[in-house]
Amino acid sequence: MTEHEPSSVDVLIASDRVPANARPELLTEDAIWALLDKVLDPEVPAVSVVELGIVRDLSWDGAHLTIDVTPTYSGCPATELIEELIAEAMRAAGIRDPQINRVLTPAWTTDWITEEGREKLRAFGIAPPEGSASKMSLLGADEVIACPLCGSTHTERLSEFGSTACKALYRCLDCREPFDYFKCI
Amino acid sequence: MTQKEVLQEYLLRLADSDMILGQRLSELTGKAPAVEEELAVMNVALDLVGQARNWYEYAAELINDGRDADKLVFLRDAHEYRNLLMVEQPNDDYAVTMARQFFFDVWHYFTLKSLVNASDERVATIAAKAVKEATYHLRRSSEWVKRMGDGTEESHRRIQDAFNLLWRFTGELITPDEVDHAMFKAGIGPDPEQLKQDWFGMVREVAAQATLTVGEEDAWMYMGGKRGEHTEHLGHILAVMQFLPRAYPDATTW
Repeated sequence: MTEHEPSSVDVLIASDRVPANARPELLTEDAIWALLDKVLDPEVPAVSVVELGIVRDLSWDGAHLTIDVTPTYSGCPATELIEELIAEAMRAAGIRDPQINRVLTPAWTTDWITEEGREKLRAFGIAPPEGSASKMSLLGADEVIACPLCGSTHTERLSEFGSTACKALYRCLDCREPFDYFKCI
Repeated sequence: MTQKEVLQEYLLRLADSDMILGQRLSELTGKAPAVEEELAVMNVALDLVGQARNWYEYAAELINDGRDADKLVFLRDAHEYRNLLMVEQPNDDYAVTMARQFFFDVWHYFTLKSLVNASDERVATIAAKAVKEATYHLRRSSEWVKRMGDGTEESHRRIQDAFNLLWRFTGELITPDEVDHAMFKAGIGPDPEQLKQDWFGMVREVAAQATLTVGEEDAWMYMGGKRGEHTEHLGHILAVMQFLPRAYPDATTW
C-alpha cells in the first residue's frame, strides 16, 4: 500500500486498517487528489499517478467514490497494479469500495505529465518527453533529447524502445551514460 | 450474417492478428540479435497483446456465450483463428522478422488510423489508443528496412530475400472480402480502396529509400487466414501458446 501523511480526518488503526474516520465521504475532492498524489507509479516510482496524468477524474455519488484511470499503453503490465494501489490508498483513508473505472478515451498522452512530474523524472535520471505529441511526425526527424545527467544535447538513440513500453533508450555522447527517455506519444 | 456477427468477425480478425504476431515476437525472448532489439521486440509484442485484449474483450461482450478474452485466445483451434497469414510466418532470419513487421505495421497503421473515426464508439476508442503505439512500431520497422536495404551488400541481400519470401502474403492485407466491405459500409472499417493505395504508397516509398524491389501487385497471393484457412505454422504456435490452459483448465494462478 502507499504511504501518506495522516491528518485529522484520516487516522488509521494500523492493525486492521479500520479507519477512525467514520465519514470518509466528507473528504473533499482536493483531499482525495492529495491522497492520489502520494500513489507512485510502480514502474517509475519518481512520479505519482497524478503527475503522470493517468488519473482523469473523480466523483462522489453519495458515499460512493469513483475514480477514472487511463492506462499509458494498451499492454501496460502495471495497469491492474496501479488500479489496485489507488484502491488501496482510498481504502486506507476509510473509503469503502472505491470504484476504479478504466477509461481508454481520450487516449493518454505524455502532454498530460505535469511540469512537476517532468522535473521529477529528470532528477530520477529519465529524460522527460520533448515537444508536443500532436506535432510528432510519422517518419520525420527525431527530437533532440538532452541528457538528464549532464544536460548535454549531444546524445544518440540506441533503441526506439527502452526498459518499459513508455520509454526509449538513449546514450549521452559526452558523459557516456546510457539513459531512458520518456517517449512522446 | 447480421450486422453484429460481421462486427464480431471483424473484431476477431483484428484481435487474432495482434495476438499471433505478439506471440511470434515473444519467441525471440532471450534470442534477439542484440539487447536493444530484444527490448524493442518485447515492447512491440506487449503493445500488440494489450491491443488484442481490448479487441477480444469487446468481441466477447458481443458474442456473449460465456467466453471471456482468455477463453477466446486459449480455447479456439486454428480453423477458428482469423489472423492474417503474414503474422503466423516464422521469425526466421532477422531480416524476415523485420520485413514481416514492416508489411504488417503499414497495414496496421492505416487501418487503425481509419478506425479512429469508426461510427462504433468502442472501436474508435480502442483504435485511438492503439494507433499511437502502431505509429512507433512503424517508425522502427521502416527504419530497419531502410538501414538493411541501404546498408551492406549482405544486409541488402537478406532484406531483399525477405521481401521476396513474404510478398506472397501481402495480398491478403489489402484484398477486401465481404466482411471488409460490410464494415466499410457500416462506417466502421476503412475504405478498402483507400487502404490499398495507402499501403502501396508507403511500402513503395520506403522500399525506394531502401533501394529494394517490391513484388508485382497482381502476383499470386496466399489468402484464407481471415476465413480460418491457415498455413501449417499456426497450429504449432497454438500448441505452444495454448498448452498450459488446456492442460490445466480453469487454473487461476499460473
